[in-house]
Amino acid sequence: MGKPLKWTFRVVVVVYMFLLVAWPVFLVAKNAFADGFADISAILTDPDTAHALRLTVIVGVQAVIINTIFGVGISLLLVRYDFPGKRLLSALLDMPLSVSPIVVGLALVLVYNGRTGWFGPALESVGYQVIFATPGMVMATVFVALPLVIREVVPVLEEVGDEQEQAARSLGAGPVQTFRRITLPAIKWGVIYGVVLSLARSLGEFGAVKVVSGNVLGETRTATLVVEEKYLNFDKGGAYATAFLLALIAIACIVVVSIIRPKEQVK
Amino acid sequence: MSIEISGVGKRFGSFVALDDVSLSIPSGRLTALLGPSGGGKSTLLRIIAGLETADSGRVEIEGIDATGLPPQKRNVGFVFQHYAAFKHMSVRRNVAFGLEIRKRPKDEIKARVDELLDLVHLSQFGDRLPAQLSGGQRQRMALARALAVRPTVLLLDEPFGALDAKVRKELRDWLRRLHDEVHVTTVFVTHDQEEALEVADEIVVINEGRIEQIGSPDDLYDKPANDFVMRFLGPVTQLGDDLVRPHDLQLHTDSADPASVHGRVARITRIGFEIRVEVAPASGGQPVVVTLTRNEFLALGLDVDSPVSVRLSPAAQTVAAAPAGSASGEAKSTAAAGAA
Amino acid sequence: MTTATIAPGPAAPPARRKARGGRRLNRASGLGLGVAMLWFSLLVLIPLIAVIVTAGEGGWGAFWDSVTNAQTAASIRLTVGTALLVTVVNVFMGTLIAWVLVRDRFWGQRVIEVLIDVPFALPTIVAGLVLLSLYGRDSPLGIDIANTRPAVFLAFLFVTLPFVVRTVQPVLAELDREVEEAAASLGASRFTTFRRIILPSLTPAIAAGAALSFARGVSEYGSLVLLSGNLPMRTEVTSVRILSSIENDNLESAAATAAILLVISFIVIVTVDALQRWVVRRG
Repeated sequence: MGKPLKWTFRVVVVVYMFLLVAWPVFLVAKNAFADGFADISAILTDPDTAHALRLTVIVGVQAVIINTIFGVGISLLLVRYDFPGKRLLSALLDMPLSVSPIVVGLALVLVYNGRTGWFGPALESVGYQVIFATPGMVMATVFVALPLVIREVVPVLEEVGDEQEQAARSLGAGPVQTFRRITLPAIKWGVIYGVVLSLARSLGEFGAVKVVSGNVLGETRTATLVVEEKYLNFDKGGAYATAFLLALIAIACIVVVSIIRPKEQVK
Repeated sequence: MSIEISGVGKRFGSFVALDDVSLSIPSGRLTALLGPSGGGKSTLLRIIAGLETADSGRVEIEGIDATGLPPQKRNVGFVFQHYAAFKHMSVRRNVAFGLEIRKRPKDEIKARVDELLDLVHLSQFGDRLPAQLSGGQRQRMALARALAVRPTVLLLDEPFGALDAKVRKELRDWLRRLHDEVHVTTVFVTHDQEEALEVADEIVVINEGRIEQIGSPDDLYDKPANDFVMRFLGPVTQLGDDLVRPHDLQLHTDSADPASVHGRVARITRIGFEIRVEVAPASGGQPVVVTLTRNEFLALGLDVDSPVSVRLSPAAQTVAAAPAGSASGEAKSTAAAGAA
Repeated sequence: MTTATIAPGPAAPPARRKARGGRRLNRASGLGLGVAMLWFSLLVLIPLIAVIVTAGEGGWGAFWDSVTNAQTAASIRLTVGTALLVTVVNVFMGTLIAWVLVRDRFWGQRVIEVLIDVPFALPTIVAGLVLLSLYGRDSPLGIDIANTRPAVFLAFLFVTLPFVVRTVQPVLAELDREVEEAAASLGASRFTTFRRIILPSLTPAIAAGAALSFARGVSEYGSLVLLSGNLPMRTEVTSVRILSSIENDNLESAAATAAILLVISFIVIVTVDALQRWVVRRG
């Protein structure tokens, strides 16, 4: 590449990234500490906000566990087995990435709401409330983060191939032993990467949760909803402080991933 | 002289790839750059093509100073080990590429592409994509693509290295015949001495960034300049202080001959038409390897542990073995013609 | 493909290592697939079907009335138009960023590498707040675009940043440098090599990234809440419009608009899938 062109490219990219991502993110951190640690400690001591943070973690962790089990299982089925409709399923599994979170929320409400939903009234009659309760929030979160584990694990499974598994089988290992001692160690980094990405996505889900949760203060309000509510109620300090905490978790997740990645390549 | 290289040096970090190399490559010949991998031969080829720039020295192609020219301006054809096919273009479009760049008229391009596809026997594959060809076919396509622009020199970097043994042998013969038809100055890099000996008019042996010897295949085989060249070009064994080819040794049973080394047969291996006999010298040291034809072997009636004597055959070439530990390239001994 | 059969070459085509999708389902894996499909249906398929069914409940006329309602139609126009515009920018900027990340080496590159993923990992509501801090009322740059259409553009640009970069980057890194050297030795200039050799190899990846970026833009909600002001007919995007229908308890109308978005995302998925298959075939 010619030198002037190379420098033009560099400068354009650096300036673009600085104006679009780096500077704005930095400003959020700066605003969060505008009054020193006052805003941060305020949100941590406010019982409603603390409850929202706890709820976010509870919902997020449940969603990640469900998506990890489902994701690894469906990845194994997609890569190692043949069945009719496999291609369609594989395409549909990517759908949640491009569906509006509001549409996700709406879809769940249409099926599970207690008054007019397809299954909602029946579930409520046996005492199980989905919409405006934690199960609905977990489902919404699972929905939006669904493909992340699968997208990481499928390429790794394809790369590894099934020769090692066949070798293990030929040495007398059962399916469970083969999975635990051969397959799982081989796809470990893919799974971890998927889990970290899912966690970041789950803790940060906003739109879908807003629709299904009912957004009740101290009950079904999550951290992202707190940011909106505080900002709209002119508590900018609180909004920036909560946003800063969420951003910190998200950025920690990508930094962890970017540290994992090269290690996996060296191996 | 077609390509004149003088004082070329190239380093990659602290690794010296080429150390003050000077070389003249004659017009219209097929020259091989032969040596072990990492010895600098590919770097030299890439410097000739302009794909790499030398840290020092000069490159002249057909009398024109090409040292500072980018590859686009050198009019060289380059063929890569892994074909470097343009995957999204048909075979025809691949071959036509250089001509299209040069904005030749459509009719001329079509005629030239047809001619070349014919030359490389790919006429019926013109509309295929490279992914639909075998490795050997892809490499012939790459060759046609390089030849289409009528390059001043044709450079091939391990052109058969990625192919399996049988195809490699076929393409080797075919390249030799093609060169006899086209007569373009050709330089090819290889680490396979058999390939170089079989195909090239002239061989340049390169090791550790330096030229060890230049000569015809016969010169190199019969009069190796040093023990490195001798070892690299074919099998060797050590008789006393001399390196010698196993087929230049004779076995006999005259235990009184003063010019012979005496010992016992340690091992007999049959490899197709030839028999390898390892003789453990009575004076100790490494076993001497001798190769015989089957008839010679049967006439001697040898068995493991038979007493036997080894001597040089009358026309044998030997090179003094480098003392252990010294760099092989430093050995200054020359072939001792007719030593026996 | 008819590779091997047409004419005998000097050797058989190289055996491509085919991913063996191979085994048939046995009882355990069949059960596993059943459970997975049941969960996937309850979570994704049935709810999405419910959207389509609800959208069609009032008949074609009612559906058409909902989506051509002036305010809804304006929101669809704004959303799709802005997403298209953003996708065009991403095609250029995303390819350029991928190029610089793969082909250039400079201090601070790892930081850019991490920054690319920030919009993906950041909660969307936080993304809105982040942009507001530089491009809102208290902007240190003096640029206040809050509650305007450029704010919608900016929010889409932010959340769609990773898609083209992350689809193009691995393809660019895998490109065989020798192919470019071959083009150079045949006389092609750098620009010609880029246009005729590199760009055609990147096109499928760029197209796939563009499709994903478009889909993400069209479905964006969270980052706009605080940034765009959600002014009807001006800065209200489709997702916001659907939400206000839900809040007014008009689920039919919400479902009708949502159906439009679902159709768009379905088309995108089919496009990306087709592109990927085409690339695999070309080898």
